[in-house]
Amino acid sequence: MSMIEFHDVQKYYGDFQALKDINLTVEAGETVVLIGPSGSGKSTLIRTINGLEPIQQGKLIVNGYDLADKKTDPNKIRKNVGMVFQHFNLYANKTVLQNIMLAPKIVLKRGDKENRELAMSLLKKVGLESKADSYPRQLSGGQQQRIAIARSLAMKPKCLLFDEPTSALDPEMIDDVLNVMKDIARDSSMTMLVVTHEMGFAREVGDRVIFMADGKILEDDSKEQFFDGEPTNERARQFLSKIIVHK
Amino acid sequence: MIHIFATQWPSLLYGLGQTLLCSIIALFFSLIIGSLFAIFEIMPNKAMRIIGNVYVEVFRNIPLLVITMFFFVVLPLYVVKVNGFTAGTIGLTIYTSAFIAETVRAGIQSVDEGQMEGAQSNGLSFWQSMRYIILPQAFKIVIPPLGNQFINLVKNSSVLAFVAGFDLMYEGNMVANDTLQTMSTFFAVGVLYLIITMPLSYYMRHLEKKLA
Repeated sequence: MSMIEFHDVQKYYGDFQALKDINLTVEAGETVVLIGPSGSGKSTLIRTINGLEPIQQGKLIVNGYDLADKKTDPNKIRKNVGMVFQHFNLYANKTVLQNIMLAPKIVLKRGDKENRELAMSLLKKVGLESKADSYPRQLSGGQQQRIAIARSLAMKPKCLLFDEPTSALDPEMIDDVLNVMKDIARDSSMTMLVVTHEMGFAREVGDRVIFMADGKILEDDSKEQFFDGEPTNERARQFLSKIIVHK
Repeated sequence: MIHIFATQWPSLLYGLGQTLLCSIIALFFSLIIGSLFAIFEIMPNKAMRIIGNVYVEVFRNIPLLVITMFFFVVLPLYVVKVNGFTAGTIGLTIYTSAFIAETVRAGIQSVDEGQMEGAQSNGLSFWQSMRYIILPQAFKIVIPPLGNQFINLVKNSSVLAFVAGFDLMYEGNMVANDTLQTMSTFFAVGVLYLIITMPLSYYMRHLEKKLA
């Protein structure tokens, strides 16, 4: 069974159509990179997948649940589909360790000992064991983002969504976060959907590259085809040449 | 004034106790009810938002005395026999809860939206997100205006005097009528109100500093 299936999905904000005729299937275990100019709908698309944005038409099936169906509780999906945000969204009133342990404790009823051990091992994985008792505001952006990734991983999700995880970071912090993401992509069988402009990441660990503009998917290629061959779409070609020259 | 305290202390002390009791009960329930309607007001569900809005607008815009009289007169007529104290405390609770709802709503809305999104995408339900993440941050922000509401509540409890609630104001009236020493009686009553409100005021300030 596929992890994510979009069937003719349309999404509107009032009169503005943010997503147009989206058809997309992501298989379990795939790492998919979404790129495109700002306002192209890539963040909106990724937010629909865990129900943060409702869709108005079409079918959107995530982990077997249809999000277009009003009777579907988005929480059932969110238990298995984590999300990492541009601005981290760590709980400001909780310490780092509490941030990671809260949802597993409440939602999964994970026992305290097991919960703490897993949280500490995840902190080790992202290189921030020493920050367990800090509050998010005491940490740099890059550190906060790594904690946010650890928080998502603590739920042992089948799928992890990244919404521009490095866009709000200072340049020297970006690599720390990308390295954590690359480790996850290599070591786990998790499905990953990543909105990013980091082409290095796409090249190294991506399986597929999707290019969006004006709410449409214009290009859906394998990594090799996208980077080594040439995108068939003119806008995708232009966009690609711009970011690559820029780097 | 000393003379009034010396001779009338049983009545005044009883009134003080009733005022304190009414205030504590009303404070407790208006905080819960107010927070609940604050959450209704910002829920994704439109029907709930309307319920929240109507509740707040109705009870915020009717005088406290009218709400209290309503419970004093209508409740015994159709539902259950209540005394003045109960009717007054219910009226005060509902009236204050409308103001607390508005205060808490402002607090919830000043918490960054990302907190709710982070919590929900982490698997928490709307109510769990509210309880563990949003409300603790919202209350911290609104401690100063909440303190104002609490102090208003204590003072507004003098509405019990109108429905024979045997509170401080009511007892003060009685003492003034009995002794004909109106000025010093109400002076004494004022001092007794300060005994409740001043510590409350300082406590809220302390809380504000501690949590800041």
